[in-house]
Amino acid sequence: MTFEEIKNLLIEKFGAEVIAGEEAGVLQPALLIAPAYIVGVCRELRDNAGTYFDFLSCLTGVDYGVEAGKFGVVYNLSSIPYQTQLTLKVIKEHGRDVNDLPVFPSLVEVYRTADWHEREAYDLVGIFFENHPDLRRILLPDDWEGFPMRKDYQAAEYYKGIKID
Amino acid sequence: MINTAFDTYQKKIATAATQDMVLNMGPQHPSTHGVLRLELITDGEIVKEAIPHLGYLHRCFEKHAEALTYQQTIPFTDRMDYLASMNNSHAWVMGVERMLGIDKDIPKRVEYIRVLVCELNRIASHLIAIGTYGIDIGAFTPFLWCFRDREHIMGMLEWASGSRLLYNYIWIGGLFYDLPVGFEERCAEFVTYFKPKLKELNELLTDNQIFIKRTANVGVLPLDVAINYGCSGPVLRGSGVKWDLRRIDNYSAYPELDFDIPVGKGEMGTVGDCWDRYKVRVDEVTESLKIIEQCVERLQKDLKRTSDFDPRAKMPRKITPKAQDYYIRAEGARGELGFYFIADGRTEIPFRVKARGPSFNNLSVISEMSKGVMIADLIAILGSIDIVLGEVDR
Repeated sequence: MTFEEIKNLLIEKFGAEVIAGEEAGVLQPALLIAPAYIVGVCRELRDNAGTYFDFLSCLTGVDYGVEAGKFGVVYNLSSIPYQTQLTLKVIKEHGRDVNDLPVFPSLVEVYRTADWHEREAYDLVGIFFENHPDLRRILLPDDWEGFPMRKDYQAAEYYKGIKID
Repeated sequence: MINTAFDTYQKKIATAATQDMVLNMGPQHPSTHGVLRLELITDGEIVKEAIPHLGYLHRCFEKHAEALTYQQTIPFTDRMDYLASMNNSHAWVMGVERMLGIDKDIPKRVEYIRVLVCELNRIASHLIAIGTYGIDIGAFTPFLWCFRDREHIMGMLEWASGSRLLYNYIWIGGLFYDLPVGFEERCAEFVTYFKPKLKELNELLTDNQIFIKRTANVGVLPLDVAINYGCSGPVLRGSGVKWDLRRIDNYSAYPELDFDIPVGKGEMGTVGDCWDRYKVRVDEVTESLKIIEQCVERLQKDLKRTSDFDPRAKMPRKITPKAQDYYIRAEGARGELGFYFIADGRTEIPFRVKARGPSFNNLSVISEMSKGVMIADLIAILGSIDIVLGEVDR
């Protein structure tokens, strides 16, 4: 199925509001999905006999910078039977307060790959995934403060009383 | 949003500690292949649940990549999967080249040298996987044999690049240096030397009854579970699907080379058991030898070394890709190695890089596979996944 066909399939199934935009005319075109629909969209793309995107290659949490004021998650799907690839994105505007994290739905119920990748996105970028079964930090210690992959992250001076050089 | 996941986890461990036994395996346990800590909730010898704890080897690869140019990051990619550094830098370099649009201009000789060193590195990496798996199960001799043979490859790659483990050899648009004079002949010599040794290794380990008893029908990974967890490489192929990105994406010189994709067939037990995953690696070594033979042949004939050949001729002066997102994937020694780039189009530094390490995803299936197995079998399962913690933790 081509990029356009997939787009039409989703619009037919979920209505026009599911597509929040698209990035075409580049090497890898991407579909911007409305965040509330992402779980349904992925389940449809996984189970539909015409697409079978059964393999979640990569999931990336992105901080688009202080000026843009946006956070997003990028999903790189691939289909093993059809040997095709597709990029989906969800983006929303949100403040940078570390006590008020941007929230996106978790994809764990569709792809178990998302489990650790979402934990990593939470750990490093500070994106909260709703309905994730076990959203603990994964690479950093559990008592780490802040989210290092954010563009405005300042390295702490001390960790447990030890000076960081 | 209040995150209660850590409290829930602590409560679970506290409850388990009163009823069952909570056992820590690692981070300094030899069979965890590095610094992985598995927290096991056990009932006698039976593992009820295995909770992996990662991050002991976290070196902020992605954060570093946001501060360095594309070329400067290549040595950092080498340190991800440090047993197959060539494959890592190959994937990184291909991604940047495609974003720049110069991937079609790379000279054929450069592409063949890249494939040659990658496959040599893949053999070296699989030899470690096979050897250490033997040790996990209790066979010491194969480990020594594997290291003896791997040493030849290390020596060859050191000859080409100057270092034994972390090469920084494949550069964007070319190579660090051309191969040293006589390298192709040395490769051919190695293939002749290694083929009978591989046969010996098979007689010693692969067909060994004790080894089969410990690995066949143990840790069966059904195909649908493997796909859903994002497993790739020998772990996915062990479950019986022909999914090799060298064939699917046809990158570099691979479309011109003839090789098979070994898959698990359940010869000794069930499809997708530990023995199948192990056997896929052994067969892949044979296939890599085939690729090396073909590369050497072409490098000695129509792509012969000429005095005016400059492997750095196509290297761009300034590496500033257009503003775009790009996900590159390539078949590393352990599976789908991916880099997701966000380029801003203005600077030589990527805006965001995400590395998708195959071991990271392959390891995530361990809790699913280890439910209700014996502790000794858990070692066999972990060894058969063949993780490199440098890549899991990045």
